[in-house]
Amino acid sequence: MSVSPCALRPLHLAFALDGPVRRARRGREAYDPEHYVRLARLAERGTLDFVTLGDSFARPGPDALAVLARVAPRTGRIGLVPAVTTTHTEPFHVSTAVNTLDWVSRGRAGWTVEVSRSRAEARLFGRRDAAPADALWREAGEVADVAARLWDSWEDDAEIRDAATGRFVDRDRLHYVDFRGTSFSVRGPSITPRPPQGRPVIVADATTRAAREVAAAHADVALVRAEDPATAGDARADLRERARALGRDPDRLRVLASLPVELYCSGDAVGLADLIGDWHADGACDGFHLRPADPQRDLARLVDGTVPVLQHRCLLRRFYPGATLREHLGLPRPANRYAAARKVSP
Amino acid sequence: MHLAAHFPGVNNTTVWTGDPVGSQIDFASFEHLARTAERGRFDFFFLAEGLRLREHKGRIHDLDVMGRPEAITVLSALAAVTDRLGLAATVSATFNEPYELARRLSTLDHLSGGRAAWNVVTTSDAFTGENFRRGGFLDRADRYVRAAEFVATARALWDSWPADGTARPVAHQGPHFTVRGEFTLPRSPQGHPVIIQAGDSAEGRDFAAATADVIFTRHSTLAAGQEFYADVKGRLPAHGRDADSLKIMPGVTFVLGDTAADAQERAATIRREQVSPQNALVALEQVWGVDLSAYDPDGPLPDFDPVPDPELAQGRVRIGDPKAVADRWRALSEAKGLSIRETVIETTGRQSFVGTPAAVAEEMTAFVAARAADGFILVPHLTPGGLDDFVDRVVPLLQERGVLRTEYEGVTLRSHLGLPEPARPAGKG
Repeated sequence: MSVSPCALRPLHLAFALDGPVRRARRGREAYDPEHYVRLARLAERGTLDFVTLGDSFARPGPDALAVLARVAPRTGRIGLVPAVTTTHTEPFHVSTAVNTLDWVSRGRAGWTVEVSRSRAEARLFGRRDAAPADALWREAGEVADVAARLWDSWEDDAEIRDAATGRFVDRDRLHYVDFRGTSFSVRGPSITPRPPQGRPVIVADATTRAAREVAAAHADVALVRAEDPATAGDARADLRERARALGRDPDRLRVLASLPVELYCSGDAVGLADLIGDWHADGACDGFHLRPADPQRDLARLVDGTVPVLQHRCLLRRFYPGATLREHLGLPRPANRYAAARKVSP
Repeated sequence: MHLAAHFPGVNNTTVWTGDPVGSQIDFASFEHLARTAERGRFDFFFLAEGLRLREHKGRIHDLDVMGRPEAITVLSALAAVTDRLGLAATVSATFNEPYELARRLSTLDHLSGGRAAWNVVTTSDAFTGENFRRGGFLDRADRYVRAAEFVATARALWDSWPADGTARPVAHQGPHFTVRGEFTLPRSPQGHPVIIQAGDSAEGRDFAAATADVIFTRHSTLAAGQEFYADVKGRLPAHGRDADSLKIMPGVTFVLGDTAADAQERAATIRREQVSPQNALVALEQVWGVDLSAYDPDGPLPDFDPVPDPELAQGRVRIGDPKAVADRWRALSEAKGLSIRETVIETTGRQSFVGTPAAVAEEMTAFVAARAADGFILVPHLTPGGLDDFVDRVVPLLQERGVLRTEYEGVTLRSHLGLPEPARPAGKG
């Protein structure tokens, strides 16, 4: 028998740091940075790929991206993936904030693309009415698109510091994006140089029909809420097919089943390992995004109970093979679209 | 004396050639400067903002440092590696919305235990607007109307969780904003993030007198500083405020040497590095409004008058009266026999304090004693070690003189600045 049978297909694990809304983050801990640092370090001990933190303008809680930026210097490997909504924000600011999260975490940033559907959120801004999901997701896709273009708008080697000519940058390696969407336009280039990962990892919940096309077009990681492996497997196949139809390599899209979990005892933790093993064996998904009932308790059970079982069964890594979130996910660093175009057209 | 540290930024103050110069974007650079400032018991760390890359003659201006991160995100990360240092973000009131920005700033205050500050700036040009949904142009007066309404709305949101800990809906309706609903964060550790304001215009002074906790100025001579100080503090009573409620902090540079002559020599070297031959021509073109790239930077100034061109330089402060500037430069050049580059070095000098550590400590102390400033925002010319010498050599002298704290008295930025926490709105009943 082989000594290193470890999985041919790596299993990816992600964990939501925010509990259900009913626990409401009303407690002090929701605003205490050390609470998030403790959880993220625990997830890192379990060699999880990334943690997510949800966000909304209309329910109690702090700005998710800022919270994970606060966590970044206190962690070393775990991917940090805040939700950032696209409906009432400036796409230029979203792009630079996510880019900066990648700089401060040295290549561990992701971004869960979200929309703001409610009238309550619209009233907080007073600029536009609530809109149907289809329109908001179409716009979210445009925001994801322009954000990625802005990340590419500095080529990796744009900063030249050439003392002889006095040039700090080579302006030929900076690019106007000249993006025109249905509700906004952006001239570019970004003010923030291309981040360590080239492009931070884009995550989208692809459960709903309105969001699925955006996920297929723009996401590196798609989350699918499913109650059984068949449903998850169908969603994965559908996402891969859509990605292929859009000209993408489907192997560059990770589809994670997003499951609610509640781990009361070590038996539950082992049961979860069984379930993960079964779904993974069925090819239902590339991994799991776990949404806890109680983040603190459930993450501890996951890391101390489920993870060792999965490692013992050779389904999960025992150490991080790389430093960046893209490396955890087995996703290559994207080539810069403008650099490629510049090299083709002399 | 209040001290703050400005991260060396996007302009030709920052020297980026030679050694030792580090990255302008890696987190390690921000961490080094912030930790150094905290070691020096500074009040806060200050980040500027950029929303569009500057252009010169229709192309991206490539001669100075450019590229910077998004401020609130960097400061949130710095909150993890500092304990007491205030964290100030420059954010435009023109290209943001009150609800979102109030929430991000309040989050920073929570994440840092009460150390957040917002430097409120406004943006006038449609050039910058091309990157934003908001887009468009606001004239000077409207910019400040919007900024004042923006700050008032943010404060209403910050106050919307009174002592009983229950959110109250905010209902704001004004010419620029309509904000209705509940804020998602409880009152932050220092009540409100500190409000900083930059700008020397009459509108800017009034806005600061009505609204700001700190004003960031550029007056670096004693006389100009005293005039500004008296003027701005004199505007406070009309807004029901006392003189201590607004701190005046000029942005200043410094060069240290073992002797006065050594410091002067280093200052001259730094000025030559800041004004490269290429930069000298760009400075000249900004005044003359035409392409002067054929001129020799070591040769004489043009002998014709400027042709004003507002499109020539985009994204930076405009030259007020090009003809007057050109006349002044030519007169200076003739009188002293200066080349183009030497003239630019002479006329755009920004070094405020040059001398031995003892002389610099003496001069800074005298500024504050003469009511020309309440303190300073130090603008180093090197990243990230530009404050090292100051903190090692000048700070101990200021501490010996008893004008600078040796330990932080409190935890929040408001406590460092001696500013009271804003009155808490009454709870229910």
